[in-house]
Amino acid sequence: MERMTYRLTAPHPAGGTRRQAIVGVVASGNLEVLVERTQPLDVCSVEIATSVRGFNAVWEAVVTDFVARRPTGGLRIAINDSGARPDTVALRLAQAVRLISAEGV
Amino acid sequence: MTGVGGIAADGLSWYEATARQRVGALVDPRTFVELIGPEQRETSPHLTIFDLPEQFDDGMIVGHASIGGRAILLAAQEGRFMGGAFGEVHGAKLTGLLRAAQALRRDVVVLFDTGGVRLQEANAGELAVAEIIRALVCARSVGVRIVGLIGGRAGCYGGGGVIAGCCSTLIASEHGRIGVSGPDVIETNMGVEEFDARDRALIWRTMGGKHRYLIGGADLFVDDRPAAFREATLTALRRRAGLDLDTLLAEHARLERRIARFGDKTDAIDVWTALGIENAGTIPELGTRDFVRSAAGHRESADEAR
Repeated sequence: MERMTYRLTAPHPAGGTRRQAIVGVVASGNLEVLVERTQPLDVCSVEIATSVRGFNAVWEAVVTDFVARRPTGGLRIAINDSGARPDTVALRLAQAVRLISAEGV
Repeated sequence: MTGVGGIAADGLSWYEATARQRVGALVDPRTFVELIGPEQRETSPHLTIFDLPEQFDDGMIVGHASIGGRAILLAAQEGRFMGGAFGEVHGAKLTGLLRAAQALRRDVVVLFDTGGVRLQEANAGELAVAEIIRALVCARSVGVRIVGLIGGRAGCYGGGGVIAGCCSTLIASEHGRIGVSGPDVIETNMGVEEFDARDRALIWRTMGGKHRYLIGGADLFVDDRPAAFREATLTALRRRAGLDLDTLLAEHARLERRIARFGDKTDAIDVWTALGIENAGTIPELGTRDFVRSAAGHRESADEAR
Protein backbone atom coordinates (compact mmCIF):
# COMPACT_ATOMS: atom_id res chain seq x y z
CA MET A 1 0.00 0.00 0.00
CA GLU A 2 1.09 3.56 -0.69
CA ARG A 3 -0.26 6.40 1.43
CA MET A 4 -0.23 10.12 0.59
CA THR A 5 -1.69 13.20 2.24
CA TYR A 6 -2.14 16.63 0.66
CA ARG A 7 -3.31 19.81 2.37
CA LEU A 8 -4.19 22.27 -0.38
CA THR A 9 -5.44 25.82 -0.56
CA ALA A 10 -8.90 25.70 -2.11
CA PRO A 11 -10.00 28.79 -4.08
CA HIS A 12 -13.70 27.75 -4.21
CA PRO A 13 -15.61 26.78 -1.03
CA ALA A 14 -17.90 23.75 -1.27
CA GLY A 15 -21.62 24.48 -1.64
CA GLY A 16 -24.58 22.84 0.08
CA THR A 17 -24.96 21.72 3.67
CA ARG A 18 -24.55 17.94 3.74
CA ARG A 19 -22.08 16.76 6.38
CA GLN A 20 -20.63 13.89 4.37
CA ALA A 21 -20.91 11.86 1.18
CA ILE A 22 -19.45 8.63 -0.12
CA VAL A 23 -19.25 7.20 -3.64
CA GLY A 24 -17.57 4.25 -5.31
CA VAL A 25 -16.43 0.83 -4.21
CA VAL A 26 -12.98 -0.57 -3.46
CA ALA A 27 -12.83 -3.11 -6.27
CA SER A 28 -10.28 -3.72 -9.02
CA GLY A 29 -9.91 -0.59 -11.14
CA ASN A 30 -12.23 1.32 -8.84
CA LEU A 31 -12.02 3.43 -5.69
CA GLU A 32 -14.16 4.90 -2.95
CA VAL A 33 -14.18 8.59 -2.08
CA LEU A 34 -15.40 9.77 1.34
CA VAL A 35 -15.95 13.51 1.69
CA GLU A 36 -16.52 15.27 5.03
CA ARG A 37 -17.09 18.93 5.78
CA THR A 38 -14.47 19.32 8.51
CA GLN A 39 -11.81 21.73 7.17
CA PRO A 40 -11.53 25.55 7.21
CA LEU A 41 -13.35 27.05 4.20
CA ASP A 42 -10.15 27.76 2.25
CA VAL A 43 -8.59 24.36 2.78
CA CYS A 44 -9.11 20.97 1.13
CA SER A 45 -7.24 18.00 2.50
CA VAL A 46 -6.86 14.77 0.56
CA GLU A 47 -5.77 11.42 2.03
CA ILE A 48 -5.02 8.59 -0.39
CA ALA A 49 -4.44 4.91 0.31
CA THR A 50 -3.72 3.00 -2.90
CA SER A 51 -2.77 -0.58 -3.65
CA VAL A 52 -0.61 0.53 -6.58
CA ARG A 53 2.83 1.96 -5.74
CA GLY A 54 4.84 4.55 -7.59
CA PHE A 55 2.19 6.88 -9.01
CA ASN A 56 2.55 9.74 -6.51
CA ALA A 57 3.18 12.31 -9.26
CA VAL A 58 0.00 11.30 -11.11
CA TRP A 59 -2.06 11.44 -7.90
CA GLU A 60 -0.68 14.86 -7.06
CA ALA A 61 -1.50 16.16 -10.54
CA VAL A 62 -5.09 14.82 -10.48
CA VAL A 63 -5.78 16.05 -6.95
CA THR A 64 -4.27 19.55 -7.27
CA ASP A 65 -6.04 20.08 -10.59
CA PHE A 66 -9.34 18.97 -9.07
CA VAL A 67 -9.04 21.21 -6.02
CA ALA A 68 -8.04 24.20 -8.17
CA ARG A 69 -11.09 23.84 -10.44
CA ARG A 70 -13.89 22.49 -8.23
CA PRO A 71 -15.66 23.85 -5.13
CA THR A 72 -13.76 21.85 -2.54
CA GLY A 73 -12.98 24.42 0.18
CA GLY A 74 -13.81 23.07 3.66
CA LEU A 75 -13.67 19.41 2.61
CA ARG A 76 -11.67 16.51 3.88
CA ILE A 77 -11.42 13.95 1.07
CA ALA A 78 -10.36 10.39 1.84
CA ILE A 79 -9.68 7.85 -0.90
CA ASN A 80 -9.32 4.07 -0.77
CA ASP A 81 -8.05 3.01 -4.17
CA SER A 82 -7.72 -0.37 -5.82
CA GLY A 83 -5.86 0.58 -8.98
CA ALA A 84 -8.30 3.01 -10.62
CA ARG A 85 -7.15 4.97 -13.68
CA PRO A 86 -6.83 8.77 -13.39
CA ASP A 87 -10.07 9.38 -15.35
CA THR A 88 -11.99 7.11 -12.96
CA VAL A 89 -10.44 8.98 -10.01
CA ALA A 90 -11.51 12.33 -11.45
CA LEU A 91 -15.04 11.01 -12.06
CA ARG A 92 -15.43 9.70 -8.49
CA LEU A 93 -14.05 12.94 -7.03
CA ALA A 94 -16.58 14.93 -9.06
CA GLN A 95 -19.44 12.63 -8.00
CA ALA A 96 -18.48 12.88 -4.32
CA VAL A 97 -18.21 16.68 -4.34
CA ARG A 98 -21.49 17.01 -6.22
CA LEU A 99 -23.19 14.74 -3.67
CA ILE A 100 -21.97 16.65 -0.61
CA SER A 101 -22.85 19.95 -2.32
CA ALA A 102 -26.56 19.06 -2.07
CA GLU A 103 -28.82 20.54 0.59
CA GLY A 104 -29.72 18.42 3.61
CA VAL A 105 -27.79 16.44 6.20
CA MET B 1 -35.94 9.74 -6.73
CA THR B 2 -32.33 9.44 -7.79
CA GLY B 3 -29.51 7.20 -6.71
CA VAL B 4 -25.80 7.94 -6.43
CA GLY B 5 -24.51 9.46 -9.65
CA GLY B 6 -28.01 10.56 -10.63
CA ILE B 7 -29.16 7.14 -11.86
CA ALA B 8 -32.94 6.92 -11.61
CA ALA B 9 -33.90 4.23 -9.10
CA ASP B 10 -36.50 2.86 -11.52
CA GLY B 11 -33.92 2.09 -14.20
CA LEU B 12 -31.53 0.49 -11.77
CA SER B 13 -30.57 -3.18 -12.04
CA TRP B 14 -30.29 -4.78 -8.58
CA TYR B 15 -27.49 -6.97 -9.94
CA GLU B 16 -25.47 -4.00 -11.22
CA ALA B 17 -26.20 -1.59 -8.35
CA THR B 18 -23.86 -0.93 -5.45
CA ALA B 19 -25.00 -1.79 -1.92
CA ARG B 20 -25.67 1.89 -1.20
CA GLN B 21 -27.73 2.30 -4.35
CA ARG B 22 -29.79 -0.76 -3.40
CA VAL B 23 -30.44 0.57 0.11
CA GLY B 24 -31.46 3.98 -1.24
CA ALA B 25 -33.86 2.47 -3.76
CA LEU B 26 -35.35 -0.14 -1.40
CA VAL B 27 -36.51 1.90 1.59
CA ASP B 28 -38.78 4.95 1.87
CA PRO B 29 -36.95 8.03 0.51
CA ARG B 30 -34.55 9.71 2.96
CA THR B 31 -35.40 7.39 5.87
CA PHE B 32 -32.17 5.41 5.99
CA VAL B 33 -29.92 6.26 8.93
CA GLU B 34 -26.57 4.49 8.93
CA LEU B 35 -24.95 3.16 12.10
CA ILE B 36 -21.15 2.89 12.33
CA GLY B 37 -20.96 4.72 9.00
CA PRO B 38 -17.87 5.10 6.80
CA GLU B 39 -16.87 8.33 8.56
CA GLN B 40 -16.11 6.27 11.68
CA ARG B 41 -13.53 4.29 9.69
CA GLU B 42 -14.17 0.97 11.45
CA THR B 43 -12.06 -0.87 8.91
CA SER B 44 -10.67 -4.39 8.95
CA PRO B 45 -7.70 -4.86 11.30
CA HIS B 46 -6.40 -7.68 9.08
CA LEU B 47 -6.21 -6.40 5.52
CA THR B 48 -3.23 -4.09 6.07
CA ILE B 49 -1.20 -7.11 7.19
CA PHE B 50 -1.68 -8.46 3.66
CA ASP B 51 -1.03 -5.04 2.10
CA LEU B 52 -4.59 -4.93 0.79
CA PRO B 53 -6.81 -1.84 0.51
CA GLU B 54 -9.56 -1.29 3.06
CA GLN B 55 -13.06 0.04 2.59
CA PHE B 56 -14.36 2.53 5.17
CA ASP B 57 -17.50 0.48 5.88
CA ASP B 58 -15.68 -2.89 5.49
CA GLY B 59 -18.24 -3.83 2.86
CA MET B 60 -21.15 -3.94 5.32
CA ILE B 61 -23.72 -1.17 5.64
CA VAL B 62 -26.03 -1.31 8.69
CA GLY B 63 -28.70 1.05 9.92
CA HIS B 64 -32.40 1.69 10.32
CA ALA B 65 -35.06 2.94 7.93
CA SER B 66 -38.72 2.65 7.15
CA ILE B 67 -40.31 0.72 4.30
CA GLY B 68 -43.95 1.33 3.51
CA GLY B 69 -44.00 3.43 6.68
CA ARG B 70 -42.84 0.54 8.83
CA ALA B 71 -39.65 0.76 10.92
CA ILE B 72 -37.01 -1.84 10.09
CA LEU B 73 -33.35 -2.54 10.66
CA LEU B 74 -31.30 -3.07 7.55
CA ALA B 75 -27.96 -4.53 6.49
CA ALA B 76 -26.39 -4.55 3.02
CA GLN B 77 -23.24 -6.24 1.76
CA GLU B 78 -21.11 -4.70 -0.98
CA GLY B 79 -20.38 -7.66 -3.22
CA ARG B 80 -17.67 -5.90 -5.19
CA PHE B 81 -15.44 -5.23 -2.18
CA MET B 82 -13.55 -8.46 -1.37
CA GLY B 83 -16.43 -10.36 -3.01
CA GLY B 84 -18.73 -9.23 -0.20
CA ALA B 85 -16.90 -11.64 2.07
CA PHE B 86 -17.34 -11.85 5.84
CA GLY B 87 -14.45 -10.56 7.94
CA GLU B 88 -14.23 -9.58 11.59
CA VAL B 89 -15.70 -6.06 11.36
CA HIS B 90 -18.01 -6.87 8.44
CA GLY B 91 -19.54 -9.71 10.45
CA ALA B 92 -19.61 -7.90 13.80
CA LYS B 93 -21.75 -5.14 12.30
CA LEU B 94 -24.42 -7.66 11.28
CA THR B 95 -24.20 -9.51 14.60
CA GLY B 96 -24.76 -6.23 16.46
CA LEU B 97 -27.69 -5.32 14.25
CA LEU B 98 -29.37 -8.70 14.85
CA ARG B 99 -28.88 -8.39 18.62
CA ALA B 100 -30.44 -4.93 18.46
CA ALA B 101 -33.33 -6.45 16.49
CA GLN B 102 -33.93 -8.95 19.27
CA ALA B 103 -33.85 -6.23 21.95
CA LEU B 104 -36.06 -3.84 19.95
CA ARG B 105 -38.35 -6.59 18.54
CA ARG B 106 -37.84 -5.01 15.13
CA ASP B 107 -37.76 -6.84 11.78
CA VAL B 108 -34.53 -6.96 9.77
CA VAL B 109 -33.93 -6.86 6.03
CA VAL B 110 -30.56 -8.24 4.89
CA LEU B 111 -29.28 -7.51 1.36
CA PHE B 112 -26.93 -10.43 0.80
CA ASP B 113 -24.09 -10.22 -1.75
CA THR B 114 -21.28 -12.50 -0.65
CA GLY B 115 -18.88 -15.22 -1.68
CA GLY B 116 -18.55 -16.39 1.93
CA VAL B 117 -15.77 -15.89 4.43
CA ARG B 118 -12.85 -13.58 3.65
CA LEU B 119 -9.78 -15.79 3.26
CA GLN B 120 -7.41 -13.15 4.72
CA GLU B 121 -9.28 -13.23 8.03
CA ALA B 122 -10.78 -16.68 7.82
CA ASN B 123 -10.91 -17.57 11.52
CA ALA B 124 -12.48 -14.23 12.46
CA GLY B 125 -14.85 -14.56 9.51
CA GLU B 126 -15.96 -18.09 10.42
CA LEU B 127 -16.53 -16.99 14.02
CA ALA B 128 -18.51 -14.02 12.74
CA VAL B 129 -20.74 -16.33 10.67
CA ALA B 130 -21.39 -18.48 13.76
CA GLU B 131 -22.21 -15.41 15.86
CA ILE B 132 -24.54 -14.09 13.17
CA ILE B 133 -26.45 -17.38 12.97
CA ARG B 134 -26.84 -17.46 16.77
CA ALA B 135 -28.02 -13.84 16.87
CA LEU B 136 -30.37 -14.47 13.94
CA VAL B 137 -31.99 -17.54 15.51
CA CYS B 138 -32.29 -15.75 18.89
CA ALA B 139 -34.02 -12.82 17.19
CA ARG B 140 -36.36 -15.12 15.23
CA SER B 141 -37.24 -17.03 18.39
CA VAL B 142 -38.76 -13.86 19.90
CA GLY B 143 -40.82 -13.18 16.78
CA VAL B 144 -38.51 -10.95 14.73
CA ARG B 145 -38.69 -11.48 10.97
CA ILE B 146 -35.38 -11.66 9.09
CA VAL B 147 -35.92 -11.15 5.37
CA GLY B 148 -33.04 -11.96 3.01
CA LEU B 149 -32.73 -10.37 -0.45
CA ILE B 150 -30.50 -12.14 -2.96
CA GLY B 151 -29.76 -10.88 -6.46
CA GLY B 152 -26.25 -9.44 -6.38
CA ARG B 153 -23.09 -10.07 -8.35
CA ALA B 154 -21.43 -12.28 -5.78
CA GLY B 155 -24.59 -14.32 -5.16
CA CYS B 156 -24.88 -15.75 -1.65
CA TYR B 157 -22.32 -18.45 -0.97
CA GLY B 158 -20.34 -20.08 1.81
CA GLY B 159 -21.30 -18.95 5.30
CA GLY B 160 -23.60 -16.41 3.64
CA GLY B 161 -25.61 -19.27 2.13
CA VAL B 162 -25.94 -20.85 5.57
CA ILE B 163 -27.05 -17.57 7.16
CA ALA B 164 -29.55 -17.03 4.36
CA GLY B 165 -30.98 -20.48 4.99
CA CYS B 166 -31.81 -19.41 8.56
CA CYS B 167 -33.88 -16.38 7.46
CA SER B 168 -37.67 -16.14 7.80
CA THR B 169 -38.18 -15.37 4.12
CA LEU B 170 -35.79 -15.31 1.17
CA ILE B 171 -36.44 -13.17 -1.88
CA ALA B 172 -34.39 -13.98 -4.99
CA SER B 173 -34.10 -12.77 -8.55
CA GLU B 174 -32.93 -14.95 -11.43
CA HIS B 175 -29.38 -13.64 -10.87
CA GLY B 176 -29.50 -14.53 -7.19
CA ARG B 177 -27.41 -17.63 -6.78
CA ILE B 178 -27.58 -19.40 -3.43
CA GLY B 179 -25.26 -22.15 -2.28
CA VAL B 180 -22.58 -23.13 0.19
CA SER B 181 -19.74 -24.32 -2.06
CA GLY B 182 -19.51 -22.13 -5.14
CA PRO B 183 -18.92 -23.45 -8.69
CA ASP B 184 -15.13 -23.08 -8.59
CA VAL B 185 -14.87 -24.75 -5.20
CA ILE B 186 -16.88 -27.75 -6.42
CA GLU B 187 -14.84 -28.05 -9.62
CA THR B 188 -11.54 -27.78 -7.74
CA ASN B 189 -12.50 -30.44 -5.21
CA MET B 190 -14.59 -32.83 -7.29
CA GLY B 191 -13.36 -32.34 -10.85
CA VAL B 192 -14.78 -30.78 -13.98
CA GLU B 193 -16.97 -33.83 -14.70
CA GLU B 194 -18.82 -33.12 -11.45
CA PHE B 195 -19.26 -29.40 -12.11
CA ASP B 196 -17.92 -27.21 -14.91
CA ALA B 197 -17.47 -23.79 -13.29
CA ARG B 198 -17.18 -22.12 -16.72
CA ASP B 199 -20.65 -23.29 -17.77
CA ARG B 200 -22.77 -20.27 -16.87
CA ALA B 201 -26.04 -21.94 -17.86
CA LEU B 202 -25.23 -24.88 -15.58
CA ILE B 203 -24.44 -22.53 -12.68
CA TRP B 204 -27.65 -20.56 -13.15
CA ARG B 205 -29.94 -23.59 -13.41
CA THR B 206 -28.25 -25.38 -10.49
CA MET B 207 -27.84 -22.50 -8.04
CA GLY B 208 -29.81 -19.61 -9.52
CA GLY B 209 -32.95 -17.97 -8.19
CA LYS B 210 -35.35 -19.96 -10.40
CA HIS B 211 -34.11 -23.34 -9.20
CA ARG B 212 -34.01 -22.22 -5.57
CA TYR B 213 -37.56 -20.91 -5.86
CA LEU B 214 -38.76 -24.18 -7.43
CA ILE B 215 -37.27 -26.42 -4.73
CA GLY B 216 -38.19 -24.18 -1.80
CA GLY B 217 -34.74 -22.66 -1.29
CA ALA B 218 -36.23 -19.20 -1.89
CA ASP B 219 -39.76 -18.07 -1.09
CA LEU B 220 -40.46 -15.17 -3.43
CA PHE B 221 -39.15 -14.70 -6.99
CA VAL B 222 -38.76 -11.20 -8.36
CA ASP B 223 -37.46 -9.14 -11.29
CA ASP B 224 -33.95 -7.67 -11.17
CA ARG B 225 -35.31 -4.26 -10.09
CA PRO B 226 -35.31 -2.44 -6.72
CA ALA B 227 -39.06 -1.81 -6.99
CA ALA B 228 -39.68 -5.56 -7.32
CA PHE B 229 -37.47 -6.33 -4.32
CA ARG B 230 -39.26 -3.61 -2.35
CA GLU B 231 -42.72 -4.99 -3.17
CA ALA B 232 -41.65 -8.50 -2.18
CA THR B 233 -40.05 -7.21 1.03
CA LEU B 234 -43.34 -5.60 2.03
CA THR B 235 -45.06 -8.94 1.38
CA ALA B 236 -42.44 -10.81 3.41
CA LEU B 237 -42.83 -8.41 6.35
CA ARG B 238 -46.55 -9.26 6.49
CA ARG B 239 -45.93 -13.00 6.76
CA ARG B 240 -46.24 -14.99 9.97
CA ALA B 241 -43.27 -14.51 12.31
CA GLY B 242 -41.72 -17.00 14.66
CA LEU B 243 -39.62 -20.13 14.71
CA ASP B 244 -40.57 -23.23 16.66
CA LEU B 245 -39.79 -26.91 16.88
CA ASP B 246 -42.78 -27.90 14.73
CA THR B 247 -41.49 -25.74 11.87
CA LEU B 248 -38.06 -27.35 12.03
CA LEU B 249 -39.45 -30.89 12.25
CA ALA B 250 -41.68 -30.24 9.24
CA GLU B 251 -38.70 -28.89 7.31
CA HIS B 252 -36.56 -31.91 8.20
CA ALA B 253 -39.32 -34.17 6.93
CA ARG B 254 -39.53 -32.13 3.72
CA LEU B 255 -35.77 -32.43 3.18
CA GLU B 256 -35.97 -36.22 3.63
CA ARG B 257 -38.73 -36.35 1.02
CA ARG B 258 -36.60 -34.20 -1.26
CA ILE B 259 -33.78 -36.75 -1.21
CA ALA B 260 -36.23 -39.57 -1.88
CA ARG B 261 -37.84 -37.62 -4.72
CA PHE B 262 -34.85 -36.04 -6.43
CA GLY B 263 -31.80 -37.88 -5.07
CA ASP B 264 -31.17 -39.79 -8.31
CA LYS B 265 -31.52 -36.74 -10.59
CA THR B 266 -28.33 -35.44 -12.19
CA ASP B 267 -29.52 -32.10 -13.60
CA ALA B 268 -31.84 -29.34 -12.42
CA ILE B 269 -34.08 -29.85 -15.48
CA ASP B 270 -34.71 -33.45 -14.37
CA VAL B 271 -35.72 -32.11 -10.95
CA TRP B 272 -38.13 -29.61 -12.52
CA THR B 273 -39.63 -32.37 -14.68
CA ALA B 274 -40.08 -34.51 -11.56
CA LEU B 275 -41.86 -31.57 -9.93
CA GLY B 276 -44.45 -31.94 -12.70
CA ILE B 277 -43.49 -28.91 -14.78
CA GLU B 278 -44.23 -29.31 -18.48
CA ASN B 279 -41.43 -28.39 -20.89
CA ALA B 280 -39.03 -27.97 -17.97
CA GLY B 281 -36.23 -27.27 -20.43
CA THR B 282 -37.75 -23.90 -21.28
CA ILE B 283 -37.72 -22.65 -17.66
CA PRO B 284 -34.41 -20.70 -18.00
CA GLU B 285 -35.89 -18.67 -20.90
CA LEU B 286 -39.11 -17.61 -19.19
CA GLY B 287 -39.71 -14.06 -17.98
CA THR B 288 -40.62 -13.50 -14.34
CA ARG B 289 -44.40 -13.55 -14.76
CA ASP B 290 -44.48 -16.65 -16.98
CA PHE B 291 -41.99 -18.42 -14.74
CA VAL B 292 -43.94 -17.77 -11.53
CA ARG B 293 -47.11 -18.96 -13.32
CA SER B 294 -45.37 -22.17 -14.47
CA ALA B 295 -44.02 -22.75 -10.97
CA ALA B 296 -47.38 -22.30 -9.24
CA GLY B 297 -48.84 -25.57 -8.05
CA HIS B 298 -45.58 -27.42 -8.67
CA ARG B 299 -42.90 -25.73 -6.59
CA GLU B 300 -41.99 -26.83 -3.10
CA SER B 301 -42.53 -24.39 -0.27
CA ALA B 302 -40.09 -24.17 2.62
CA ASP B 303 -42.27 -22.10 4.95
CA GLU B 304 -39.82 -20.21 7.11
CA ALA B 305 -37.13 -22.88 7.39
CA ARG B 306 -35.00 -24.36 4.67
